[in-house]
Order: sequence, then structure tokens, then C-alpha cells
Amino acid sequence: MNSGTLSAIISGAATTAPAHAPSLATASDFFALLKPRVMSLVVFTGIAGIMLAPTAMHPVAALTALFCIAAGAGASGALNMWFDADIDAIMARTQSRPIPRGRITPSEALGFGVALSLASIATMGVLVNWLAAGLLAFTIAFYVFVYTMGLKRRTPQNIVIGGLAGAMPPAIGWAAATGSLAVEPLVLVALIFMWTPPHFWALALYRADDYARAGVPMLPVVAGERATKNQIILYTLVFLAVSALPVLAGFAGLIYAATALAFGAVFLGLVLQLCVMTAATRALASRRAMRVFGFSILHLFALFASLIAEAAFGVSALMGSLFA
Amino acid sequence: MTGQPKTPESDAARSLKSRNRALAFVLVGFVVLFFVMTLVRLGGNVAERSF
Repeated sequence: MNSGTLSAIISGAATTAPAHAPSLATASDFFALLKPRVMSLVVFTGIAGIMLAPTAMHPVAALTALFCIAAGAGASGALNMWFDADIDAIMARTQSRPIPRGRITPSEALGFGVALSLASIATMGVLVNWLAAGLLAFTIAFYVFVYTMGLKRRTPQNIVIGGLAGAMPPAIGWAAATGSLAVEPLVLVALIFMWTPPHFWALALYRADDYARAGVPMLPVVAGERATKNQIILYTLVFLAVSALPVLAGFAGLIYAATALAFGAVFLGLVLQLCVMTAATRALASRRAMRVFGFSILHLFALFASLIAEAAFGVSALMGSLFA
Repeated sequence: MTGQPKTPESDAARSLKSRNRALAFVLVGFVVLFFVMTLVRLGGNVAERSF
């Protein structure tokens, strides 16, 4: 984005609303800025960090930490939508977002995102602890400055490196509970980090034309379909290997192991179907890509759900004592 | 109110009302959150006091 576009967007001139027109944005428009679906997965992985921590948190403190993680993730989403308003208006997938629709001006989104970021970090620091607040601040800054402003429009590795921001919630949750970091949350961060590339590249395969029109150098746009599929296979194998680490590190039990095996096998099957088998039609290839994208969400959800369930019922501890 | 023409002013007023209500809800929520968390943090210290 050049400086002229940036200043036009900050001032709100890029929208269809006339200057100084009364704002028609409702509370639900602002809620849509938070990317609620992304927020729900972020909160879920944050819960796993809190639940796996050896220090029990007071339920109100845990809810406060989760609220701050959700608000921080939402703030990142709002700032992302502010900065990407120009390309969101071009891409079919994002055209219905509040700024391209003219419901919210970019300056409103910017103010909302900054205020929510500061509020979430300050609340986490004052009410929970400052390590968790620092990690939350790092996550928001990484997503906004490194991914959105730095990588997204410059390199096909954008979602690989930028994926770190989305991977951080388990570490924030753990830090909120313990005031420190350990191997366990870092394994979970690595798990989400390795999950991100196959997840997003499956979507990018389906939406390659959209990304090309907007000038976003996603891997299928820059390197082509074959290279993207090879990378999807590679990252899927690494992701499946990393999904075994919680068991090997001794903080996950049989339920997690069974879930990781079952979902991993299905995911690998879908990835191979997408990347190795030739699709007779374009529609079939798109369907396969969306199947990988959709199942990857379910896969991550299932892995973290099994970790949460084991932590809630003390199953991993039981399994640990059986193997000891 | 039925039958009245829909004006941009009325839309803006409705939106403003919706935003104000949400903001009030968030601010009250913050007050309650800080109050409850203060009780939670204070509670442990009071219970462990030496006298």
C-alpha cells in the first residue's frame, strides 16, 4: 500500500460514504471486525494452554485471561481489516467485510483496533500477569506489523512466518496460569505453526484467482499449483510428526494419541487425494482443496479438544502413571 | 412509527443508539470484571493474613 492510499484509507476517503456523513455502523458491524470465527479457534487453543498448566487458575482469572486473548485476537483482526481494506474490496472472499461494504470507515476500524489492543494488553497485565500481557502484545504486534504490513504482500512465505501469531494462544494461556513458560506450551505453538501452511495453502489453491487479482503473492499465485501441492505434502508430514510430540513429551495420553492417529490418517488421505491424484474437473479439484481446508480446522479442534478433555479428567496423568 | 419514511438521520440515530448501548455494556462489564477480580485477588490475601 502506498502512502497516498494509506492516508486516504486512514481518513476514510476510500469508502463510499461521503466525508463527515453520520456513521451508520452498528455494534454488530464492529463485532464482525473481530473475525469471530478465527477468534473462537484462538480462544479454544488458549483454553488448552490454561488447562494443561500445572498451576490451577481461579475460574474468574481464567475467564479474564481468555477474554483478553479473545479481545487481542479480535483487535488484530480489526487492524488487519483496516490495513487490507483495499485488497479486501477486490477479493470475493472478503468483499462482504464491514469496511469494503462501507459500514465502517477505515479510521473507525483503526481506532477500534488500537483501543481494543491496548485495553486487552493492559487488562491482562493488571488482572492476570505481565508475562501473559507481554506475549499478547507480541502476538498482536507480530500479526499486524510483521504479517499484515510486512509479509502478506511481499512473499509467498507470508502465512508460514505469519502463522506464529495464530500459534501463540496456548503459550499465552499457559503463561496466564503459571507466570512462566515451559516445553509443553511451546510444543502446542509448534503444532499450530506447522498446521497453518497446509491449512491456508489449501484455501489459496481454491482462491488463487482471487489472490492474483488482489496482487497477494500467495504460493499458488507465485509458484504455481504443483509447487504448492508439494509444499502442502511436506508441511503435512511435518505437522503430523509434530502432532505426536505431546505424547512423546509425556503431557498427552491415550485419548489424544488415538485422536491424533485417526484424524492424522484422514487428513493425510485428503491431502494425498488433493495433491497426488489428478482431478478430472476444475470443480472437483476445488472441492478437494476445500475439503482439506475444512477438515484441517476440524483436525486442530479435535487435537485440542482431546488435550482439554484429558486435562479436565486427569486422563493424561493416569496414562503417564501407567507408562511410568 | 409505522408508515414514516426512512431517513438517513433515523438510520444514523439507530446506529448511534446501538453503538452506545454496546459501549455501555462493555464499560459496565469492565467495572464488574475489575471489581470481581479485585475480590478474587484480595480474597486469598485476606484469608492468609497473620492476625
